[in-house]
Formats: sequence, structure tokens, C-alpha cells
Amino acid sequence: MPQFEPVLLARIHKADSTSLEGYRADGGYRAYQKALGMAPADVTKMVVDSGLRGRGGAGFPCGLKWTFLPKDHPGPIYLAVNADESEPGTFNNRILMEQDPHQLIEGIAIACHAIKSEKAFLYIRYEYGRSYRTLFKAVQECYAAGLLGKNIQGSGVNLDIQLHRGAGAYICGEETGLIESLEGKRAWPRIKPPFPAIEGLFRKPTIVNNVETLCCVTHILDRGVDWFKSMGVKPDPNNPRDPGSYGPKLYCISGHVNRPCCVELPMGVTARELIDVHGGGVWKGRKAKAVVPGGISMGFLSADELDTPLDFAGPGKVGCLGLGTAAVVVVDDQTSMVDVLFNCCRFFAHESCGQCTPCREGTSWMRKILDRIRSGHGKLEDLDLLLEVAGSMGIIPGTTICGLSDGAAWPVKNAIKKFRPEFEDYIREGRRSITPAQELMATH
Amino acid sequence: MPTALVNQKPVELQPGERLNCVQAAARVGIEIPAYCYHPSLSVVASCRMCLVEVGETKPDGTVVMLPKLVPGCQTPVKEGTVVVADSEKVKAARQATLEYLLLNHPLDCPTCDQAGECFLQDYSYKYGRSYSRLQEPKQIKPDKDYIGEQITLFTDRCIMCTRCVRFTREISGSAELQVINRGTHEEIDIFPGEPVNNKLAGNVVDLCPVGALCSKDFLYKQRVWWLQSAKSVCPNCSTGCSVNVDQNEDKVYRLKPRENPQAQGPFMCDEGRFGWKYLQAAERLTFPTQKTAEGEGVRDWTAVLNSLRQTVEETAKKSPQKIAAVLSPWMTVEEAYLLAGWLKGLSAQAALALGPVRVAGEDDTYPKDIHGKPIQPVKFTIRAEKCPNHRGVREVLEHFTGAVKPFAEVVSEAAAGKYDLVYLVGGDPFGWITEEQAKAFQKVKTLIVQDLLPSAVLSQASFVLAGGSFAERDGTYINHAGLAQEIHKSVRSPGNARPDNRILWELTGRVGLFHAGNLRKEIAETISGLAALQAGNLGENGVLLDSTEHSAQTAVVQA
Repeated sequence: MPQFEPVLLARIHKADSTSLEGYRADGGYRAYQKALGMAPADVTKMVVDSGLRGRGGAGFPCGLKWTFLPKDHPGPIYLAVNADESEPGTFNNRILMEQDPHQLIEGIAIACHAIKSEKAFLYIRYEYGRSYRTLFKAVQECYAAGLLGKNIQGSGVNLDIQLHRGAGAYICGEETGLIESLEGKRAWPRIKPPFPAIEGLFRKPTIVNNVETLCCVTHILDRGVDWFKSMGVKPDPNNPRDPGSYGPKLYCISGHVNRPCCVELPMGVTARELIDVHGGGVWKGRKAKAVVPGGISMGFLSADELDTPLDFAGPGKVGCLGLGTAAVVVVDDQTSMVDVLFNCCRFFAHESCGQCTPCREGTSWMRKILDRIRSGHGKLEDLDLLLEVAGSMGIIPGTTICGLSDGAAWPVKNAIKKFRPEFEDYIREGRRSITPAQELMATH
Repeated sequence: MPTALVNQKPVELQPGERLNCVQAAARVGIEIPAYCYHPSLSVVASCRMCLVEVGETKPDGTVVMLPKLVPGCQTPVKEGTVVVADSEKVKAARQATLEYLLLNHPLDCPTCDQAGECFLQDYSYKYGRSYSRLQEPKQIKPDKDYIGEQITLFTDRCIMCTRCVRFTREISGSAELQVINRGTHEEIDIFPGEPVNNKLAGNVVDLCPVGALCSKDFLYKQRVWWLQSAKSVCPNCSTGCSVNVDQNEDKVYRLKPRENPQAQGPFMCDEGRFGWKYLQAAERLTFPTQKTAEGEGVRDWTAVLNSLRQTVEETAKKSPQKIAAVLSPWMTVEEAYLLAGWLKGLSAQAALALGPVRVAGEDDTYPKDIHGKPIQPVKFTIRAEKCPNHRGVREVLEHFTGAVKPFAEVVSEAAAGKYDLVYLVGGDPFGWITEEQAKAFQKVKTLIVQDLLPSAVLSQASFVLAGGSFAERDGTYINHAGLAQEIHKSVRSPGNARPDNRILWELTGRVGLFHAGNLRKEIAETISGLAALQAGNLGENGVLLDSTEHSAQTAVVQA
């Protein structure tokens, strides 16, 4: 297998990867120049043709989202960049922002040109102080160099980027929760419709894109649609609704591996390759018992599902919620799934925004049940109760406003379905594992 | 006409009408349970109680249902919309939601004020499951009695519907309430030192579908199933909010707003809500009095009224121009009509005046911004004119006397010795006559005072008629916009006091019993300005005196 040449991460190890000068020396802002020479509709068309799907978790086609904006809208249109990276195990946006901020700024500028927006808000997770400072410096450099501001490069195009440090929570990464938070309110996701493209930030049409998505936009403009489509997984001919998974993707590998890392690979790499080749194998010579394919809200792959290709469609075929953020978290065979699942449930119970009844109460109920099982007071019926509770939460049954509760329910459904004998054994026989629960989550 | 289907029942929609599933279902008598939805507040669709299945009828007649459940409060109903609110899927979702809501609810119904009128009880009974599967301890959250002067919060009973939060943001505009914390640790709270003391604060108690927000005034006073409600009108300002007067064993315990789109909408202000305590005041006049040479000898209604009637009739014969009466804007239309008609019948020259109309400041409109400045559109108004029936009494006076004589004129004329007999009707429990004004009536030979509380003029009266409050009588009040509403007797007057209508009915020599409906018909025939009362029964929402005002009023309510 030929070595893949990274594109998004190409510059991260360079000494001056964060400076405008260094970025320009590597051909930076060439794509933006090209975009400024094109009509906005043509830029959008290029992104539509590339088949770029949002990297933030849902995998919604990026170009298609841009076309949802009202045509010839007289007032302002906003771009909100989602840099509230908070799915456990995910750290690719952080690397992009800390090591190559101009790549992101160029992507933002191109996207703003395409959607005719003159104002972009960059919502950065509060914990990402270094990302904020790096980006702040980079944005200032761009203003000084005339790449941002009024009448950029004499093209008549204006663009301002405003950095906003979140003070929020996991839910601020939800599209409309982020918008509410940007408006200075409590980050309670909005009811849809209207979708943000029609009525978003400050009630104006708004596009919300993830950091990695916008970085891809830079390279699509620079290298062309064919280059982008040369990588990844083609649509399933048997599924007319599958748009395929093209392009490079940043995979974050963490958990019980020898070498936790973020690697860039074409879409569709298997979990096994990620662990064995890029992650240096499972630690301490052990075997993987379960693998989270894309952040804990996506569920679990069992040991015999490790050859599942990690593209947008792959995890769904083995009962996971989706690819999510492609954050692969490995659980070794010495770890109890009860602990793993308790950890997941504790996270979601802590992060549920509390707006919708099923999520607010369901997440904490599941946490309580698992805590009870964990401490040796579980009953076999509890497993069915957990499945029933998980089954009555989320936008798939239609009981919540946003997807958090789907994400909270999915690991429970997956874990109990795929590891039921272990749970039953735990309930009957008590604790057998040795790894404390705290070590499970990636520390990033 | 566009038609939708709810549980197979056709619902007719007016063209251009925007209804959600909950409203459309209610139109054909189907209840879709909901907690967070309230027609006067914005839709948040967060309680997830109103989940229904919704589909669309395609042009070829087939129905395509959405694959997932949707909240009925958020989903508009259009031509061809199919709503299914009784399928197994919907029932299962309701059961699940109710189980979730009760997980951390303390189930302290035996000590909860809301029990008996609690939506959590009602829906659990109708739609819930009979047991909980929770085995772990419940969340315990602190009670917050600092939340307002009149309201207290039992935090653990709260189901986070956020109606109260939205009320303070959207209707009062004062935005004191908010949600703090996250997930199951969420609580309703205030900013430290900023309690909910705005003039509409009491409404959050009514809006609360469970027993979380309670009125301190009503707390632990009564179980609600002992209370009996009478439909009435709040007399404290000329907005004339429709209310229910809740009483048990002749004691009023609370006033609650009764939704009336023609009057005030679904809310009322705290001035009205808590401004009825005078009903139980120890100072209430409890018996009639006639001053005799020996002192206050006669206290018997029959004797007092007979003597009074005789005195008035004699004065009317002897000096017909020396009779005057002051009709209070707190009287009902019927009472004003009886008194004015009787006196004018005895003496065509009798002077009739309008009692003092108390005005306090300016109309107070809501919502307000954080600086207290009113903002448009106005959603609630507390009027400066603090009386219930200015308009009604004015209509009666105009019929009998043409121009309406102001109270001040009678005062100065009485001081000049123009009158031998003056019939003063008070009725404003918050004071209607000053010491100064009372002195003006010293020269009057026969002073009759009909009132419910002592006033400055009482000691000068030859006859004192102990009257009743708004809660003790039947009649009609006409608000600022010309909306005539019925008030109904809720409790008996204290002691030997009598409702004013009964006093006047007997005094004026009418036979039989006072019946407001019958008298209303008579008034409608007599007074052209009040012809709208001709049906006798004004219905729950009342009748507008004329249609131009009707349209103006409904426009205000809709805005």
C-alpha cells in the first residue's frame, strides 16, 4: 500500500507552520485568489461536485448546505465556524487550529465568498486557549496583509472574522446550540425548522461548518474536484441515498493503543489498520475488545467488526450511529464494558442541556442504573430497561430537539447488544476487570 | 374550506388560519397533552408530551406519514394534514415521557397545593403508567422561598417546562427567572437579589402546570377540591379582567384569571389577584343603622328601609329640587339603574352625580424592557382608572340626566346648602372620600350612606346601609372598552350586611326577588346605550356594547 501524502496535516511539523509568511511560501492563499476570480455560484458548484461531506459528525453534504441559503437575500449572511470540538476522543480541529491556522482562515474566506457572507464567527471551545491565541495572531496578520477587511485585494469583497471563545458545554457544538451561545444565550438547541440556512444567527441566514470541512474547502479549490474525488469510497450503487465518502479525513486514535495520534488518510480506512499500523497496536500486548468508531456517541465496534471501513456509511452497517468525528477510541480486553459504558453515560448525563424531558431525565437515569450495576447491585432486568430507555430517547424516535440524546442512547444500545454476555456475567458474578475506569478516555 | 384529520375526525380550518396540532385537535374535542406549550407564549417544544404522528395527504389521496414522532405544538396543520394522537406509538411515547418526568418528582401530592388541579396528576392518570421503574434515589433540590414576595418555588416538583421563564421574558418583560445548571441538575432560579416582584408575577403560579410555583398567599390554606368557583370580574381597575372567585364556606381564598380574549386574555395583575383582602376585613359594615333621637337605635333592615323610603318620599314631595344621589362607579349597572330610576321617579329634579373615579398614575402596560420602559406590542395593561364600572354607571346617568354631574359639583353644592337629602353610594374599598369632602355634607339634613367599609362621611350619616362587595352580588360591570360582563355571587355578605342589589330592590319597592338577568333585559329596553344587554345572559366572555369597539378591542387582544 503506497504511503499516503498528507494534505491537511502537510505543514503541521514545519517550524513556522503558523505564520502567514510560512503559509504563503507553501502556496498559501493561492486557492483564495483563485476563488476571488470565480463567481460565488461557481465556487459553491465546485464544492457540491467534490462531494465534500461535513466533518463535524453528521456528514451532511457541505455544498448542498450552502445552496439552502435564500437566493438574493438582501441582508447579511453569516458563516459560523464550529470549533467547539468536544466529542470525547476528538482532537483533529485542535491540531489544525494550533499548527496551521491560515489553512482554516483561507477555507473560511473561500466559503464566505461562495455564500456571499461578509462576516464569519469562529466559535472556539474555551479550553482551546492555544488555538485561540494562534488564530488571533493569524487573523491579525491577515488584516495587516489585506487578506481580511474591506475590499480584499481590490476585489471589492469584504470579510471580517470574529473570534469567539465559548464558555459552554458539549451542546455548544450542536449547530443551533452554537448559534444560541454566539448570541449570548444559554446553548439550548433550537427547534427546526427553520434551519439555520434560513434563520440562524441573529435571525439571519447562517451556515455552520466544521473546521476540518473548511480546511478541505481550501484544498478542493487549490487542487480541484477530481483530486478530491480520487480518494475515498464511492457511493453504494445499491443505496441511491448514499452520496459516497470522498477526500482525506483526519482520524484521531486514542485509548489503549501504544501511540495515540491524529493521522490523515483517505476515507474508508479500516479500524484495524488505524490501530495496528498508525496507532502502534493495542497497548501492553493486549487485544482490542471494543472500538469506538467516531466519538463515543457513535457506539462501539466489537472485536470482530474491526475490518469495518471507516467512511460515512461503514459504521452504520454494523449497527453504529455513524462515522461521527472519526475519533477512534480503543478499549482493551482487560477492561470491563460496564465501566466503559458507565463512563459514556456519565458524560452524557453531565452534558445533556436539559431542555427536552427524555434526554434530561433519560441520560441521568441510565447513568444511575449503570452506577448501580457497577457497584454490584445490578439485576438482569436492568439490561432490558436500559435498552428500553435508550430506545425511547432521541430524534430517531422523535422525542428530542437535537441529536445529543441519540448519541447518549447509542453506546448503550450497542454495548448491551454486542456485549450482553459480559454484562450478564458482571451482574451475576461481580467485578472481574482490573483497569480503573478513569484511564479509558483519551486525555487530550 | 381546508380540512385536516385528527384521529380520523375532520377539522375545518378557516382560510389562512395557522393552527398547530394541539389547537386543531382541541377544536374537535381531542386532548393532546402538553406541558410547555401555552398559546400566549413562544413555542419551545421541549416537554415532549405532545408527540403525535403526522402525515400528509398526497394529491392522489394516499397518506404519507412521517417516520418519526413530532411535537404537536410545533407542527402546523394545513389542508390534508393527518394527525394521529391515539396510536400505540404515541401512547408509548407519552408513557415514557411521563415516566421520565416523574423520575425525580417527589410525588408529595398529599402536601402539595397543586394536587387536584395538577397536570402531572391528570396526565399520569390518563396517559401514564401506574408504577415507576426507578430504583435509585431521586434528586433532591432546595426549595426557594426567596423567589418572590408572593411566590415560592418547590424546586424538586418542577418539570422544567419553562413557561414561567418565558412569561417573565415575553409578557412582563422583566426576565427575572432563568434556568440554572444543566441536565437533570437544572433548576429555575432568579439572579441573586432580583426576585420576581413585578406586577404580573402571580401569573407564573397559574402557568406552572405542576406544584412547583405556589402562591404564598394561598399556600396550605385549602385543598383545591373544596373550593367552589364563581365567575366574576376583577373590580380593581377598568380593564375588567375575567376571574374566578374561589371560595369555601363563605370565605374567599383566591382570585384566578379566567381566560377571556375579549377582556384581558389569559392573565391578570397582582393588584387584582391579591387585592380582595378587604372582603374579610374586621371593619366591614355588618348591619344597617338609622340614627334616631336616642342614638343609633334601629338596626333592623325592614325598619331602616321602610323609614328611609318614607323619608325620601316625603323630601321628594316637599322639596323635590333638594334631593341628590351619588352613584359609585363600583355599583353594578343594575344597582345604578334601580337607584337612579327610583329617585327620578320620585322627583324629576333630583340631582344624580357620578361618584369619585379614582385614577392612579397612568396606564401601566406590559411587556417592559429591563429599565421598566414599556415596549410594543402591548400584551397586558393595568389601567390607571381604578374602578370596575365607570362606563356602565355613566351610561345609566346619561340616560336619566343627560350630562353627567361630577362628584366635585355635588360636594360644593352640598356645602352651599343646596340639598336636604343626599344618597351617597361608596363601594370603593380603597377610599373614595376625603375628610374635606365629608365636611361638605354636614349641612345635609338626611344623609344616606351605602358602603361596605367605614369612611370619613360615615359618622354624619342618618342612614347607613351595609352593602356588599363584588364577590357578594350579581350584576353587570362594563369595562373601559365597553365590554359588559356578568359578575356572580360567590359568598354571603358578613354579618347582617346585604348585597347592594338586594338593598335597592327592596328600597325601591320592587316585588319578588332580584334577578340580574331579568333586570338586564328591562335595562336594555329602557336605555338605548345598553341595548346590547338584551339577551339577559351575557355569556362567559361578556358582550360588547357596540361593534366598532368590538373590533378595536379584539385587535388589541390579538396584538
